[in-house]
Amino acid sequence: MNEKHPTVYPYIPNSVPAVKEQMLKEVGAESVEDFYEDVPEKLRLKENMNLPRPLSSEYALKRHVEGILAKNKTCQEYLSFLGAGCYQHHVPAVCDEVNRRGEFLTAYAGEPYDDHGRFHALFEYASMMGELLNMDVVNVPTYDGFQAAATSLRMATRITGRREVLIAKITSADLLSKIRDYCKPEIEIKLIGYDSETGQLDLDALEAEISDKTAAVYFENPSYLGFIETRGDEISKIAHGHGAICIVGADPISLGVLTPPADYGADIVCGDIQPLGMHMQFGGGQAGYIATRDEEKYVMEYPSRLFGIAPTSVEGEYGFGDVAYERTSFAVREEGKEWVGTAAALWGITAGVYLALMGPQGMVEIGEGIMARSRYAMMQMDKIEGVKAPVFQSPHFKEFVVNFDGTGKTVAEINKALLAREIFGGKDLTEEFPELDNSALYCVTEVRTKDDIDRLVIALKEVVK
Amino acid sequence: MAQQDISKHRFTDGKLNLRRFHQARWDEPIIFELSCEGQRGILVPEVEDEIRNEVGDILATLPETMRRKQPPRLPELSQPQVLRHYVRLSQENLGTDLNVDVGQGTCTMKYSPKINDQLANLPKLAELHPLQDEETVQGILEILYRFEQILKEISGMDRFSLQPAAGSAAIYANASIIRAYHESRGEADQRDEVITTIFSHPSNAACAQTAGFKVITLYPDEDGYPDLDALKAAVSERTAGLMITNPEDTGIFNPKIEEFVKVVHDAGGLCSYDQANANGILGITRARDAGFDLCHFNLHKTFSSPHGCGGPGGGASGVTEELARFLPVPVIEFDGGKYYLDYDRPDSIGKLRPFYGYVPVVLRAYAWVMSLGAEGLREVAEIAVLNNNYLLKKMLEIPGVSAPYAKGKRRIEQVRYSWEELTRETGVHSEEIGLRAADFGVHYWTSHHPWIVPEPCTLEPTESYSKDELDEYAAILAHVAEEARTNPELVKTAPHNSTIHTIDHTPLDDPSQWAMTWRAYLRKVRQEAK
Repeated sequence: MNEKHPTVYPYIPNSVPAVKEQMLKEVGAESVEDFYEDVPEKLRLKENMNLPRPLSSEYALKRHVEGILAKNKTCQEYLSFLGAGCYQHHVPAVCDEVNRRGEFLTAYAGEPYDDHGRFHALFEYASMMGELLNMDVVNVPTYDGFQAAATSLRMATRITGRREVLIAKITSADLLSKIRDYCKPEIEIKLIGYDSETGQLDLDALEAEISDKTAAVYFENPSYLGFIETRGDEISKIAHGHGAICIVGADPISLGVLTPPADYGADIVCGDIQPLGMHMQFGGGQAGYIATRDEEKYVMEYPSRLFGIAPTSVEGEYGFGDVAYERTSFAVREEGKEWVGTAAALWGITAGVYLALMGPQGMVEIGEGIMARSRYAMMQMDKIEGVKAPVFQSPHFKEFVVNFDGTGKTVAEINKALLAREIFGGKDLTEEFPELDNSALYCVTEVRTKDDIDRLVIALKEVVK
Repeated sequence: MAQQDISKHRFTDGKLNLRRFHQARWDEPIIFELSCEGQRGILVPEVEDEIRNEVGDILATLPETMRRKQPPRLPELSQPQVLRHYVRLSQENLGTDLNVDVGQGTCTMKYSPKINDQLANLPKLAELHPLQDEETVQGILEILYRFEQILKEISGMDRFSLQPAAGSAAIYANASIIRAYHESRGEADQRDEVITTIFSHPSNAACAQTAGFKVITLYPDEDGYPDLDALKAAVSERTAGLMITNPEDTGIFNPKIEEFVKVVHDAGGLCSYDQANANGILGITRARDAGFDLCHFNLHKTFSSPHGCGGPGGGASGVTEELARFLPVPVIEFDGGKYYLDYDRPDSIGKLRPFYGYVPVVLRAYAWVMSLGAEGLREVAEIAVLNNNYLLKKMLEIPGVSAPYAKGKRRIEQVRYSWEELTRETGVHSEEIGLRAADFGVHYWTSHHPWIVPEPCTLEPTESYSKDELDEYAAILAHVAEEARTNPELVKTAPHNSTIHTIDHTPLDDPSQWAMTWRAYLRKVRQEAK
């Protein structure tokens, strides 16, 4: 390696050799080696790490990364019908504008004075989510909807002192995997089946399984497979009848038109806020919410930070701070509830911006628009010979299961053929739900136009012929 | 008036005066108070008539029980009002882009290069769906794969998962892997204890507990070093693992780290290295070389991705070949021609998170390493440590402050100081010093709990601040310490030049008063009916 290396790094002010020398002199050190005196010689790396040669100039770095990313094909270039937990909704420009501001982007854990803005913005996020959910307590976002669901289940076991949870079988296999790992030390999981015609939770099975050992019943609405669970009130009644907590996972973008789960008896509501203003980012836009009533026994079981409003020494001035901090692992380490740490605050601020932009009317219109488009897509797809859409005879929100048994082609074959036409077909469900045979989960949001849907239908007709 | 030499007034006796700082104070209302019925912030795409005609009244397909009766009571604002509100709030927030952010010790508040943000925001990443066909995401898979190779070299470990959403999520993943390992050997019931140290991040204790372990916490010896004898007394056939930070949050590196690992290995446990404090040892020493079985990095700390007001961050869990089969699914593989996701791993602990992690954070971390290379990373470590020891010298010149433990010794990349002497002299506490420091435009942090070091203050300068900026930070604390002697009330009633005034925290711990949402506030405090 004889090539010239820069000795001064733009990101490292004191890499200027003269400055370094001066600082070493001031602290009375011969060299930086003096500072590593506690690192045993045996553990010291003897030579430089074997890393790729640096791209020292900003331009070279940009060329390099852009060159790699150029190999991707995006949902702007191709027509996408993928959902299953990550959604292509329109991201308002103001959402990006706010979350890219350095004051928010590069802040972290300052006090509610010097970082007042983040406390204020996250309190408002929780407040707007509270209106959407009709609940009084919403946490500072956790990592993602999976974490929110897993934590909700553990909250329920702590609140009830029981160890068993009943989970709707129509739940993402990945989420179940997360829950199985996360709840392993203290929770036993039982799955509740569904009606094969409608997808609706099997209430007889629920009645048969529930007991005074049940801590919680968990289901999603809209469900993972897109249909709307219409008997939420009956499910929560059954849960409550046995002293169990009713937990509902809900896509927040549906709640302009769908009844908030609290209104049909949910005690804990959770989910992912990615639809509210986050780009998909290959799954990087996920962030989780948990909401409950304002009851001490619930509040004290949150692991997350909760920001509350408080007066200051000046009349009419809003201050904020941590509510019931002593329940957190920051305060009491392993005695705290699960743990708290860096999570997804910036996505919470962004979701707040989204809800403020949308307002009540926007949330109603977007919900209605999504339902209309997805219904239209189902109607058109169902007309294709050998294709059944939707599989479940229930109202749907933005996703629906399409069955291709009658086409003689597998979902994998169909998706390959669609890909050749620059279309991303729905998620293949054949491994996740083998009982649905040759089916895929399609998603249609407000960004899909009639032309987009018609283009899919035309392509499918060609593909399944 | 004639032009004068303005600059001379900025100095006193040849020394630069402190800034006459005042943070933005917008006295901004709660967004609901800005609402005006009928205003719209954004319009949503209209449904075409053909669709409407075909589907009819779509909401009528919902059963009554599932149709929302009243629209959510969200505020109604025009777009410029929403923007102004949030930009004002942003101005009331002190990002690292604005301040000499050495005061948030353990957080590694380094510069987050803007080019990396630009790259992370490109549609070629932002508009990717995680379930797209692999052939259409070869670029991003390549970045994830390449970054794993980089972390392997930096740590000496054999495999990494980039799925953990943040540092604590990675600590949890490692705790879960330790559990899975002992399960695979039929020893899970027996091995139910995890050992940590009090100066390791609290999540080592909390995540181990969440994963079902009992936690044993070791306290330091008299010199502040992790106590080897205490460890020897703690290990047994019940030991599942050791989960520790090194250097610890005191900035002290455990010189007996290899012996620690050996003691735990001899007892049949695994050793997991919390590398949240890795910034000062990049290219100096590696987790695997000290014998660790697992480790984790915080990509938003050491690897420069911005902290986002508390996330999204990024965690990376690294393990030895022996433990690789337990890593979360999927892992990313390369067959020489293409990159692909491998889910076929029957011993995996499963999913930690939807999809593959906070990918834009990983991309930034990758770009950061690529801009520096091996020598650059070592320069990062060396300058971070130089800066820290320089600031240590400046801090110890302030009467009333000390750096407990390891007297006369250097520190790695941060120091936990104590104001005990100043508090005894003046009655002014560490937190109050911090709030007064905010009046000069900087952050300040005490310590995690419990406070083993009395009146603590933790500073971590990283590599991103100039000598003059470090001087400025030390001068601020020297000035505040002097004020504590001459005008303690001024310090105790701080901040004075910040966004708001002294908060009354009482309602925050009182269930009858606390309010986490505006609706709860209206109900409980204003006693408005719904």
